[in-house]
Amino acid sequence: MNTGIDTGDTAWMLIATALVLMMTPALGLFYAGLVRSKNTLNTFMMSIAAIAVATVTWAAVGYSLAFDGSGDLIGGLGNAFLQGVDFAPREGTAIPELVFFAFQATFCIITVALVSGAVVERMRFGAFLVFAALWSVLVYAVLAHWAFGGGWLISGGTLDFAGGVPVEMASGFSALAAALVVGARKEWGRQALLPHNAVYVLLGAGLLWFGWFGFNGGSGFSTGDPSVLAFTNTLLCPACTLVVWFALDLIRGRKVTAIGAATAIIVGCVAITPAGGYVSPGWAMLLGALAALPSYAIIVWRTRTRVDETLDVLAAHGTAGFFGILFIGFFAQADWNGVSDGLFYGNAAQLGDQALAALAAPIYAFVVTFVLLKLIGAVMPLRASDREEAMGMDVVQHGEEAYVTGEGAILLLPDDVGKVAVPVADPG
Amino acid sequence: MKLVIGIVRPEQANQVLEALHRAEVRGFSMSRVQGHGGEVERVETYRGTTVQMGLSEKVRFEVAVSDSFVDKAVAAICEGGRTGEVGDGKIFVVPLDHAVRIRTGDSDEGAVTPVSR
Repeated sequence: MNTGIDTGDTAWMLIATALVLMMTPALGLFYAGLVRSKNTLNTFMMSIAAIAVATVTWAAVGYSLAFDGSGDLIGGLGNAFLQGVDFAPREGTAIPELVFFAFQATFCIITVALVSGAVVERMRFGAFLVFAALWSVLVYAVLAHWAFGGGWLISGGTLDFAGGVPVEMASGFSALAAALVVGARKEWGRQALLPHNAVYVLLGAGLLWFGWFGFNGGSGFSTGDPSVLAFTNTLLCPACTLVVWFALDLIRGRKVTAIGAATAIIVGCVAITPAGGYVSPGWAMLLGALAALPSYAIIVWRTRTRVDETLDVLAAHGTAGFFGILFIGFFAQADWNGVSDGLFYGNAAQLGDQALAALAAPIYAFVVTFVLLKLIGAVMPLRASDREEAMGMDVVQHGEEAYVTGEGAILLLPDDVGKVAVPVADPG
Repeated sequence: MKLVIGIVRPEQANQVLEALHRAEVRGFSMSRVQGHGGEVERVETYRGTTVQMGLSEKVRFEVAVSDSFVDKAVAAICEGGRTGEVGDGKIFVVPLDHAVRIRTGDSDEGAVTPVSR
């Protein structure tokens, strides 16, 4: 073993990496439950596709651009194609760089998957694959460099523990841009388009929360105090969001809703993501309670607009991430984090650093995503035809259905496959 | 008094509902059915098993109407259900011998005519 490696840290980071990878299928399940049954597989597959595409782009250039060197805007290509990524400890940690690479890869993967929530039920799968590959490098890797890899935000003093900038605000504001470019589903605003399986939604949200302990708890890259603090805050903050969400549901509709609860779990986990290792458990609980308010308001308001940002990535991730980043500026506490105080403890400059990130990340993510999708749209259609959208993306894009009964299905033997399909009963 | 049976694409069901509503046809039932018309088969593959789906999901509307509403109901289902592609479905109009409104015991024309609450 290389000198400078801590076995305890490495053991935890191996587990944390696996936990975060699990979040992407969990997100697929969460999203699949929120769409109509005819789009279940396509929606789930966008998350699976993120694992495929983003892992490859991350190994090729993404990791290097994010974490090689400390250029202000972008890293170098020294680690391109995993060059030099080996058992030696990653600078600033006591874990092998290979583990560090894999852990960061899972962040890139889930962020790409998150954006899919804006365009489900109508975006062509092929166009999404192209988008995912380019977005993972042009948006995620760049913002990861700014916030984690030595770029201008982190070197300027912005605190972002586990990804308020590259994961939450990037996905949320990119989702808004993607929804605007791809356009609304054809029935949007005319017909009720309802979630088809609320159990998937709750189960997906529960598994996401479980994985989030690795996401936040691993972002200290150790078993040290910041990781322990972030881990426990990941329990406290979403629980408070849930309580407040229940209250808001009761006030608005006199009933506590299941899909509201699932949303609240996500909002709470997102809010604590940037702040996890920087605020005390008490402030984390307040953060969870307060973060419910803007996200709830945006979800209520968004359905009255023409914008079909289908699965509310902006409300859940963009808004709560924005809120969490700013919250650090007020309530960060050097007694707990050993790094910096916020405004409330006499350091107003921290709030300035946080506000800068809260301004820069959304603008960058929105603009680049908007332009990127316009360019992809110029060379290939972004969305399925109205007819295909009506049939459902599962059959059209994948040739499968989520809830196939098998009735009326005729087995085609290998020799028959490829022959022209003919009606089984010609009605004459 | 007729029973109008409309078998349409599930994705057009909401359009049919809207059209029936506009035509002021108020009482009906709908059910999910599987059927086969002249449409070309879908071929699907599940981990190496390739199948030709001979039956398609359809939605069956059943509307019992007095004679003066038959044409309106048929027109509404046609309008809402049509996409122009093979597989849009069929409408059957069959005579109806007898109808009873369970709540009041009203029969025939009285049973199929909506009452204002």
